[in-house]
Amino acid sequence: MAFISSGYNPDKPMEDRITDIGPRKYTDFYPPVIAKNKGKWLYHDVLKPGVLVHVAESGDKVFTVRCGGARLMSTTHIREICEIADKHCGGHVRFTTRNNIEFMVDDEKKLDPLVKDLESRKFAGGSYKFPVGGTGTAITNIVHTQGWIHCHTPATDASGPVKSTMDVLFDYFKDHRLPAKLRVSLACCLNMCGAVHCSDIAILGYHRKPPMLDHEYLDKMCEVPLAIAACPTAAIKPAKVEFGGQKVNSVAVNEPRCMFCGNCYTMCPGMPLADDVGDGIVIMAGGKVSNRISAPKFSKVVVAFIPNEPPRWPKTTECIRKIVEAYEKSANKYERLGEWAERIGWERFFEKCELEFTHHLIDDFRDPAYFTWRQTTQFKF
Amino acid sequence: MAKSKTPLLDQLESGPWPSFVSDLKQQAEVRAKNEAKTEFQIPQTVVEELMGLLELSYVHKRGHWKHGGIVGVFGYGGGVIGRYCDQPQQFPGVAHFHTLRVNQPSGKFYTTEYLRQLCDLWDFRGSGITNMHGSTGDIIFLGTTTPQLEEIFYEMTHKLNQDLGGSGSNLRTPSDCIGQARCEYACYDTHALCYHLTKEYQDELHRPAFPYKFKFKFDGCPNCCVASIARADMSFIGTWRDDIRIDQEAVQAYIGGELPPNAGDHSGRDWGPFDIQKEVIDLCPTECMWMENNKLMIENKECNRCMHCINVMPRALRIGKDTGLSILVGAKAPILDGAQMSSMLVPFIKAEEPYDEIKEIIENIWDWWMEEGKNRERLGELMKRQGFQKLLEVTGIDPDPRMVSEPRSNPYIFWKEEEVPGGFKRDISEFRKYHQR
Repeated sequence: MAFISSGYNPDKPMEDRITDIGPRKYTDFYPPVIAKNKGKWLYHDVLKPGVLVHVAESGDKVFTVRCGGARLMSTTHIREICEIADKHCGGHVRFTTRNNIEFMVDDEKKLDPLVKDLESRKFAGGSYKFPVGGTGTAITNIVHTQGWIHCHTPATDASGPVKSTMDVLFDYFKDHRLPAKLRVSLACCLNMCGAVHCSDIAILGYHRKPPMLDHEYLDKMCEVPLAIAACPTAAIKPAKVEFGGQKVNSVAVNEPRCMFCGNCYTMCPGMPLADDVGDGIVIMAGGKVSNRISAPKFSKVVVAFIPNEPPRWPKTTECIRKIVEAYEKSANKYERLGEWAERIGWERFFEKCELEFTHHLIDDFRDPAYFTWRQTTQFKF
Repeated sequence: MAKSKTPLLDQLESGPWPSFVSDLKQQAEVRAKNEAKTEFQIPQTVVEELMGLLELSYVHKRGHWKHGGIVGVFGYGGGVIGRYCDQPQQFPGVAHFHTLRVNQPSGKFYTTEYLRQLCDLWDFRGSGITNMHGSTGDIIFLGTTTPQLEEIFYEMTHKLNQDLGGSGSNLRTPSDCIGQARCEYACYDTHALCYHLTKEYQDELHRPAFPYKFKFKFDGCPNCCVASIARADMSFIGTWRDDIRIDQEAVQAYIGGELPPNAGDHSGRDWGPFDIQKEVIDLCPTECMWMENNKLMIENKECNRCMHCINVMPRALRIGKDTGLSILVGAKAPILDGAQMSSMLVPFIKAEEPYDEIKEIIENIWDWWMEEGKNRERLGELMKRQGFQKLLEVTGIDPDPRMVSEPRSNPYIFWKEEEVPGGFKRDISEFRKYHQR
């Protein structure tokens, strides 16, 4: 494994340096039918789950096959995507915001061979490599964060719960039978790199134990004032602590005030929160980002805590399955999960989804909490 | 190192959904065989060791990555995230495992030629493990060592004409929906605006000068497929201000059942025959539609462009022709003081090159936020702390009822001295002449 230089000279870092060139221009990558018809599309149809056709003013058509996939992806897998795109799509492919892969062809005749090819490919372990689906009212891919594979603050894994959940929801990925779109998202801590807070169903990793204090190293590893300032509830204060017969500078945490956000740990590695029993999953529901019919909505906490159960998180997936099935059974056509919950009332939502309503679900975090309490006599028995 | 056994991860190979574990295993095997004879610049066993470390997390139910260290490429303060594992003796191959964010092309369209170039570079100088894509939109390269960072950057800029994305207190890599490239709903060219602003603000993207992160996202229409309203400090959402275009024949085709509603999105279940009254007219949030002499009528002035009717009947209804975008500002995830959505600042603006008016708004907002924002305070939090009126003041935008969902319900207006005739300076003795103590 000899070091091979790219040409970069560490003694003269500015020599031949190229910076601030930004991304490649999109026009380098458009398939011809896209380049030709951009801005002139007339309408689209979803031919079957996972297969779309867009028709342009020119009469041109582009057929898109959408495949699910893990966003954690190897170059081996990407090379296989390239092989498929070369074989069927003239060397073009795209990815969606929700980590789906889209293969496009400009002729209906090319569609069936492409779909057959995609559906025939399986990993050695037996799962599909390129399941076709995820359009319209089918449940599409879960957007998610890194989790245990690469993040330093996670309260749960990401790829594992996502794989487990999509296995349980797979029939919904392949079928257009829900009343409207249903978006599932996962964030492995409340930093929410995945911004899951406006999803129909959000899977959120959460800590439940205050930070441990590594007194021996804390002052050496951290800027103590930054750790103190990072706490949204002012639960951290400076403290002199006896350690190994010496007084050391450290912090003290007012534990009942801790909201377990982990912001202190982000600023100070001497304050880890992670815990096998303390950490787990919060389920939120009823959010959306679209402006269709009703305004965008935040997701609401409907299950305060489910333990981490690797490798397959059965309680989490069971809870999600119950919510999806209740929604499927009882919502009106075009009604998003949150719109359905508001129409039937949240008291009915918990009943229909067979979820327990606990005191944890009543907001007690600052002013906005008041606006979630019920200031009316209108409720349902 | 002996091959790690991963009995817990192995249980994620079954089931229909694509298994990341199977993919990691195939990658480990490809690296072990190395038929391409790649002169790997980081350990050949990196993927096995990554799986070993992840298995350990599955046993411990805790992550095993340390806090990021400060690593990067010369002159940039973003684009690279340092990552070190906390069990380097057991898994030396992933002791350093840094992330690179690579600025994705608009719309995430690729040629296979380019994707293979990325793969070649990443197999040679990294783990070969990626995210396609990260949450913000970048191509993510997961796992390389510190000495490779400059080498990767050099090859990327010299051979691939490709730059890194943003991280830290920078402008984060902007991202967009598919837009006009393949969507009839797009009200402006999201790719063009996203690309233009990304190029324009390269300095802000690479060199941290902000109080915290700042995100731009570009949605072509109010359906908001990239969720800009939920997660961008500035959300650019396409809209129009003239009339929805109606094809009455196609309306009849929907009513007659010749065309499936919602472009066929409900095909998996028998919802009964399409009922335009129930499914479109009654669900219109502004009640601005009705049927008259077998024609669909829309009082366009009352329409709030929610997209429902267009989504249901895409062949009959089209967005207007006088298109542009709305700018909403201040969205963020819950940390710290709760989640915020973007709030309406500019109801309508044309999106035309060179986008000077849009840039003026951006720069006015940045000037204010950089001056007044505290460390790690997002724009939305500054707006809450100093008020929406302050935002109007710094951007020079006139107030408009479209900016609020309702007027305030308290009268505690902070009147400014210059707004009240005569100002605040008064003479108490003069007052006492008429009002005894």
